[in-house]
Amino acid sequence: MLEKPKRKNPVLRTRLPTLPPAARSRVALGLTAAAALGRFELQQCRDCAMVQYPPREACQQCLSVHLPWRPQPGEGELLSSTVLHHSNDLFFRERLPWRLGLVHLDSGPTVVAHLHGGVPPAPARVRVAARLDRAGQAVLVALPEKETSSMADDRQLREFTCDPRLRKVLVTDGKTATGQALVQALAAAGAELIWVGYAEPWKKFPGFDELNRVSQATLLPLDVTDSKNVRELAAEIGGKVDIVVNNAEHHRAFGISNRSGVEAARAEMDVNYFGLLRLAQEFGPAMRLRGADGLANAVAWVNVLSIYALANFPPHGTAAHSLAQCLRAEMRPAGVRVVNVFPGPIDDEWNQLVPPPKLAAVALANAIVGALRDGIEDVYPGDVAQEWLARWRDNPKALERELS
Amino acid sequence: MSILDKFIRDLTAGRIRVIDLTQTLSPEFPQISLPPEMGQAWPFRIEEVSRYDERGPAWYWNNFSCGEHTGTHFDAPVHWVSGKDLPQNATDSIAPQRFIGPACVLDCSREAAADADFLLTVKWIKGWEKKHGRIPPLAWVLMRTDWSKRSADPLEYQNYDETGQHTPGPDTDAVNFLVGERDLLGFGTESIGTDAGQAYHLRPPYPCHYYLHGAGRYGLQCLTNLDQLPPTGAVVVAAPLKIRNGSGSPLRVLALTESK
Repeated sequence: MLEKPKRKNPVLRTRLPTLPPAARSRVALGLTAAAALGRFELQQCRDCAMVQYPPREACQQCLSVHLPWRPQPGEGELLSSTVLHHSNDLFFRERLPWRLGLVHLDSGPTVVAHLHGGVPPAPARVRVAARLDRAGQAVLVALPEKETSSMADDRQLREFTCDPRLRKVLVTDGKTATGQALVQALAAAGAELIWVGYAEPWKKFPGFDELNRVSQATLLPLDVTDSKNVRELAAEIGGKVDIVVNNAEHHRAFGISNRSGVEAARAEMDVNYFGLLRLAQEFGPAMRLRGADGLANAVAWVNVLSIYALANFPPHGTAAHSLAQCLRAEMRPAGVRVVNVFPGPIDDEWNQLVPPPKLAAVALANAIVGALRDGIEDVYPGDVAQEWLARWRDNPKALERELS
Repeated sequence: MSILDKFIRDLTAGRIRVIDLTQTLSPEFPQISLPPEMGQAWPFRIEEVSRYDERGPAWYWNNFSCGEHTGTHFDAPVHWVSGKDLPQNATDSIAPQRFIGPACVLDCSREAAADADFLLTVKWIKGWEKKHGRIPPLAWVLMRTDWSKRSADPLEYQNYDETGQHTPGPDTDAVNFLVGERDLLGFGTESIGTDAGQAYHLRPPYPCHYYLHGAGRYGLQCLTNLDQLPPTGAVVVAAPLKIRNGSGSPLRVLALTESK
């Protein structure tokens, strides 16, 4: 069972983050692309149906070059396991002993996998899943056949996830239904401390009292349009935040001709783009240094974006998405995971006239906590987002027409 | 000695005191907020350009942004629909001598402390005149409520509840009286808005804005230090930025008083 880590001895040097080996061939990045969505996919030969591992350019059986990626059930048998007590790799040196095994998948190939502590000695039935490691690359993890309650607490597994349990989290906007559902979900997931920002403190908002009753929550004024405010908050708590969840959002204009002038668009950019930029500039440096601090894989950054970003709508959402991608690229060398969330229409005040199905704030919050737990990098919560993702993967141009 | 020579001599000798009636422009200072679907005035925001660093080695400076109606600010007649067609109704076209006038300070601080929705009435003003004399023409009439003392806490200063804002201001008749029978230059308050917080429910909505600006008079809002002014005898200098066709502007409001 996971316990709260000891406080860091302040007279000792804070260690710098290290990363597991990150080099992958282009074809092997297919494994990463699926793992980013929480999926385990391997190549399967279109001509002879053989499942391939490791990823390759041509089928190892019939030499066909038609090797599309296909979802894998992941069930298999642990053939053997070993415990590393020595490694020349900086990342694994700091995490020894480390348990690895060979798993024969029911679908054919035998794979090398990191072993969850709950996996018994070989031979044993296991479930193999793909996870992103701290370098942002896919690795395979063998999990016990049956789910147990404290499975997520496993030491090795936590290297691949950002479980909010015992973590300190900043939720940037507590005024919205999403923000409030996030606080509740994070509290239920065992977050130790949740800072909750709220702009324009003179406007008492619905749900304020309920938020104040969450024992882990601390409400504080945070307006992401105010550089001074963001800078001072980062100075105050930036060194302690393990997970930033930026859900601050401003959405009014819906394009070009719906509203005259640039004021509404500017306000949207000021929150959705510059707000994220301010947060990233002020909180980013401290988080980059904390990649090796405290609990395994301690730091993550969640951006709540929109499914419309797939088709580059609306401009402020696209700008925010682009910046989130920059943030991911700049954070990856420090092992900070940037999770981008692409919900369909959320059932909130500003989507009053959008017909159902709309995503409930609670469902969105649970999806975010689930993604942190499962180490997912790109989250498409709910049926609408999943459907649009499938359409986009099938034909991006068609989705552009469908969304416009 | 010329009048201005004497003025400078009295100023230098401290016989004339200069009192700053201005709130500091800062990002924390609350701004007017309208229902969220409407257009909004910008709050004050400030971004560093350089601070003796690689962005500019020997100098410190900022860019700031705000609305015309942010912080302690001036309302020109063109701000309101009732004043839109008047001559000299904008910050650049108002004759500069009209930025200077005698001040009458109406101390409603006791009433405002008892009732955040306090409305200044004609009866109240006439009572004040009995004690301090008739309000002269072209005076700045300043409604002292001590509301500025709440400004350290934006929640207290804005004083919102589910029915909206609760701050003191004049009633409709009081505005018409000051405009029609006292020919005031402008009306000033310590809260956000020359009108009361609930003035949307008066007739007409926002009567101070409607009649004051409809008659070509000016507004001053978010004033402070009115408690340092005598009821009469001070002179207020309130010159807005010269924005072309500006509806108002943040400004430094100074009051000159004679030391006793």
